[in-house]
Amino acid sequence: MSGDLMIPEPVRVLRRQQELATTWTLELESGPAGHRPFLPGQFNMLYIFGVGEVPISLSGDAGQTETLSHTVRAVGPVSNKLAALKPMDTVGLRGPFGVGWPMTAGEGADLLIVAGGLGLAPLRPAIYHVLRHRERYGRVILLYGTRSPDDILYAGQLEEWSKRPDVEVHITVDHAGGDWPGKIGVVPSLVPALDFDPEDAVAMVCGPEIMMRFTVNALRDAGVEDESIYLSMERNMKCALGHCGHCQFGSTFVCKDGPVLSFDRVRGLLSLKEF
Amino acid sequence: MDNVDDSSVITREGLQCLLDALAERGYTVVGPTVRDEAIVYEELARIEALPAGWTDEQDGGHYRLKRRSDEALFGYAVGPHSWKRFLHPPKVSLWQATRHENELRFVPARDEPPRYAFIGVRACELAAIGIQDRVLMGDEYADPHYRSRREEAFLVALNCSEAGGTCFCDSMATGPDVKEGYDLVLTELLDDDNHLFLIRSGSEEGAEILAELPREPATETHQAAATAVVEKTRSQMGRSMPQIAIPALLMDNLEHPRWDEVADRCLSCSNCTMVCPTCFCTTVEDTSDLEGVTAERSRRWDSCFTSDFSYIHGGSVRNSTRSRYRQWMTHKLATWVDQFGTSGCVGCGRCITWCPVGIDITEEVRAIHDDVSSRDKE
Repeated sequence: MSGDLMIPEPVRVLRRQQELATTWTLELESGPAGHRPFLPGQFNMLYIFGVGEVPISLSGDAGQTETLSHTVRAVGPVSNKLAALKPMDTVGLRGPFGVGWPMTAGEGADLLIVAGGLGLAPLRPAIYHVLRHRERYGRVILLYGTRSPDDILYAGQLEEWSKRPDVEVHITVDHAGGDWPGKIGVVPSLVPALDFDPEDAVAMVCGPEIMMRFTVNALRDAGVEDESIYLSMERNMKCALGHCGHCQFGSTFVCKDGPVLSFDRVRGLLSLKEF
Repeated sequence: MDNVDDSSVITREGLQCLLDALAERGYTVVGPTVRDEAIVYEELARIEALPAGWTDEQDGGHYRLKRRSDEALFGYAVGPHSWKRFLHPPKVSLWQATRHENELRFVPARDEPPRYAFIGVRACELAAIGIQDRVLMGDEYADPHYRSRREEAFLVALNCSEAGGTCFCDSMATGPDVKEGYDLVLTELLDDDNHLFLIRSGSEEGAEILAELPREPATETHQAAATAVVEKTRSQMGRSMPQIAIPALLMDNLEHPRWDEVADRCLSCSNCTMVCPTCFCTTVEDTSDLEGVTAERSRRWDSCFTSDFSYIHGGSVRNSTRSRYRQWMTHKLATWVDQFGTSGCVGCGRCITWCPVGIDITEEVRAIHDDVSSRDKE
């Protein structure tokens, strides 16, 4: 790599779509060069003029390179501004950064894709990839948990995927009214009932840290190897280059060694309070 | 280069000639001087600005300048400054952005740093520079701001003639003698009759400059005197790091009660990280003008002891002082080894001296080690 990787490139917002009450997906142009390939699981740094910059994972299909999708929940000064962008507005973009999902290592194996809440966004590019190359993978099981039926991200797509004979989709919510026909409970509780080959399975997990912790426990109990469980970690990031120090998690710089890390690299640390 | 031994001796006047020669070559010469009752690094033109006849008294949370009985120019240990404030400055402007209607433009900040020549870079500090080299330009993400300063820098190293009360470079195997990574290296030789500097080059440019100075070839007596200086310094170390497998000790004891104990004393003030010559963490600051037409991003030193440092949506990952001290110390002494191949500590002792409550990193390691080994014996 060369040049100053701290300097963003201006890119236009092409489309903005509301997903949930406070969550939007932005489609950005792929940059003046017109081509900015990425790997499922990678992220970009998005800058709002004069306000700041935040890491946002890519949530679109890596198989098409015309646009870059980012699904943003409006929770802070920058993400609120991001969520309010309109088509033709300009943001600053750096990236893509980081190590993505084990799309190659997972070939031939049964895939368990486990998402909690907005954690489905960084996993969606992995799902697109798997569906595009469905023949390369064994069973594909998608587990999704979120707070309530109103918080189901990409609900339409989940519906479509669940209709496919070659994908198994399980959705559960923490709480729901009596009109909810689906499951109520946390994601890890779905694992024991699954039919898959733990000896030859690769799990990709993204969600709140507590959800990932319990999911890892459930997967290990089911016999999945630590090396075959991958997590996407979230930490404060200022540079995405391994220089600012903010994203350190033990020996790993989440920005450049992750955000996707195999569990054997963080074993013992994930359960530590405030590590 | 290594096989050319141009060891020479120069006088105080010769040292002035060295400063002049560096200035003539366009270097901004920086070295130790006394300011605000401390020895700090500032731009120097004359050797009179060096802290002649001063030394320092250092202990946990304690730093005082004292007069020496001689006129030594380098008769003290390291002060609160390190060379990182020149190579990895406390604040750097990264870029400006302008906005016209919906158009954004990013313009790199004009950054033509001085070509620095550092006078009196001690062995621990050379080790620290080597560490920051690996952190900030060790992979494909090399930081252009650091690299432009670092690659142009001329290093006049110094074999230490005085160890401070908080020094422990000997036990970190980084000093007190300078081994590599310098352009010139000095040893101050001072007795009742003479005030000389043994000088030797470590680079081609160093050799060129040395050849221009008024000098005498070094004799075996000079060499022996220089060796004696370093050995005396080695015997004066005020602290020592336990010679044990520290990374495993700390990572196996992340829930040790000692973290609570040190957290009771630690003020989470971040002094240790500011004075540390290897701590590299930074944050960015975004500002804009009142019209909303131009914005700027700058980078400034940050510390893992602040609450913002680990903030993600929902709160800080590390809220407690316990977790922040543990992060700092395990990074410095354990995970740093995994990341960059060496400890992040060079034994300079600054974190001990400048800690307002005198927390001593060597004592913290020893406390955990002693407790664990006493329990192992039971």
